[in-house]
Amino acid sequence: MRRLLIAIPFVWLLALFIVPFLIVFKISLSDLAVAIPPYTPTLDPADGWAGFKHFLSQLDWENYVWLTEDALYWKAYLSSLKIAVISTLLTLLVGYPIAYGMARAPEEWRAMLFMLVILPFWTSFLIRVYSWMGILSQEGYLNQFLLWIGAINEPLVILNTNIAVYIGIVYTYLPFMILPIYAALEKLDISLLEAAEDLGCSRFSAFWLVTVPLSKQGIVAGSFLVFIPTIGEFVIPSLLGGSRTLMIGKVLWEEFFSNRDWPVASAVAVVLLLILIIPIVLFQRNEQKQREAGK
Amino acid sequence: MRRMSWFNITSLTLGFAFLYLPMLILIIFSFNESKLVTVWAGFSTKWYGELLSNGAFLDAAWVTLKVAFLSSTMATVLGTMAAIVMVRSGRFAGRTLFSGMIYAPMVMPEVITGLSLLLLFISLNVDRGVMTIVLAHTTFSMCYVSVVVSSRLVSFDQSLEEAALDLGCSPFQAFRLVTLPIIAPAVISGWLLAFTLSLDDLVIASFTAGPSATTLPMKIWSSVRLGVSPEINALSTLMILIVTVGVVGASLINKRNVVRQRREEAAAAKLA
Repeated sequence: MRRLLIAIPFVWLLALFIVPFLIVFKISLSDLAVAIPPYTPTLDPADGWAGFKHFLSQLDWENYVWLTEDALYWKAYLSSLKIAVISTLLTLLVGYPIAYGMARAPEEWRAMLFMLVILPFWTSFLIRVYSWMGILSQEGYLNQFLLWIGAINEPLVILNTNIAVYIGIVYTYLPFMILPIYAALEKLDISLLEAAEDLGCSRFSAFWLVTVPLSKQGIVAGSFLVFIPTIGEFVIPSLLGGSRTLMIGKVLWEEFFSNRDWPVASAVAVVLLLILIIPIVLFQRNEQKQREAGK
Repeated sequence: MRRMSWFNITSLTLGFAFLYLPMLILIIFSFNESKLVTVWAGFSTKWYGELLSNGAFLDAAWVTLKVAFLSSTMATVLGTMAAIVMVRSGRFAGRTLFSGMIYAPMVMPEVITGLSLLLLFISLNVDRGVMTIVLAHTTFSMCYVSVVVSSRLVSFDQSLEEAALDLGCSPFQAFRLVTLPIIAPAVISGWLLAFTLSLDDLVIASFTAGPSATTLPMKIWSSVRLGVSPEINALSTLMILIVTVGVVGASLINKRNVVRQRREEAAAAKLA
């Protein structure tokens, strides 16, 4: 009974998470071929041991060498990292004051404010990204508004640039930043701030010396929650970014669906995963520290 | 309690305006008469009419609901099992791998999950369609369900289950009669989470759906790529409305249950 309980989810995840990944790795070592499936070699169990050896000898690291040679991939990885770092910082800048305001709001408001932050998270991601297309386009609402108040004379080009990508990421990932920071700030004992002020701190330095360090765990958790998914983001750069917006998720998609080069797409995926392992491990450590501190 | 400072009021107002204004604009302009989405030309509900008479959208919506219902139900069963294993099973061979497999799909970029599952289905020669999307969605959403359910399992008093076993229940009966009713709110929120994750997914569905199945996000995607369209505005408005009613309703029910449960627990504590 107990064994069955463990075995069912275990086998499921093994078959639909680990095995597919091994297949990706195997195909990343294969060559592109004009065939179905469009790569070579393929493993045929009927050939037995000799066939398996031949199969192994056909695998090579060629696609990875190709990734280092073609500047497109390098640039795409680097620009994904850059976009992820900048948008994480921007999300922190926008999210922290909101989380702070929530934590200082009267207690009877907090549940309501909390739900208002969660609600967008349940709404379709695609629709939330799409809603910015109408706002940021040349004849969009933002340009209409700015022209109307006379702040600009000609419409700004925002849609299909990296700026639109930043706006889209900040907008869609904001709840992930607000919630952990709010959780940290809500636990903060206000008398500590009063003590700091009594001891001669200005309001600002009390904030900087007491509040920020005590909410560090929330800031770190929120930043990882934004940073990690942003690197592989596909929808936002495709809808809001332009042809010059390079992000690796988009490159992978195009390599697979447009160029139909499965081996290279697989190699792109493997490298992306290797890059992501570092922040994922750091994030797990931070979570564990928090859990131990909570006990 | 300190009064709220002007800074806090301003940051909350601006913050929530930023979160809600884009959706509000979308809703307002879904009632726009004009085909030119950014120019207001009077109130009209004609785009809703066009949307509801568009068979392709209705078909896609039906496929999406089917996929979401099946995958969230399967994910709830598997995720609850996984949560029980994580919280209750102690040590067993492969435990580290198991917990890794529970957490990894949640941080894995969707493009990688999608690509890897597609390559699996192709190498097994599976016909792609509704069933392959269901399998893919079940796999990643069961991890979310297991996290939600295990947080409830951790906090619940195991001696209740032991009491049931002492009183002659089989382990399965003890689970059904004692554990399940207690963790039910978490199981239901897990199901809801899995359901919305499935409704929302574009990337994994695009990879794993064959030519025979199109989900609503895939349909939205293909028309949104060409630019803003009034029909999509109408569809978005309907979806935002449904989600809002669902989330507000669920949180009210949840609140009532929590209050009732606290009262019952307090009464039980008094008796003991």
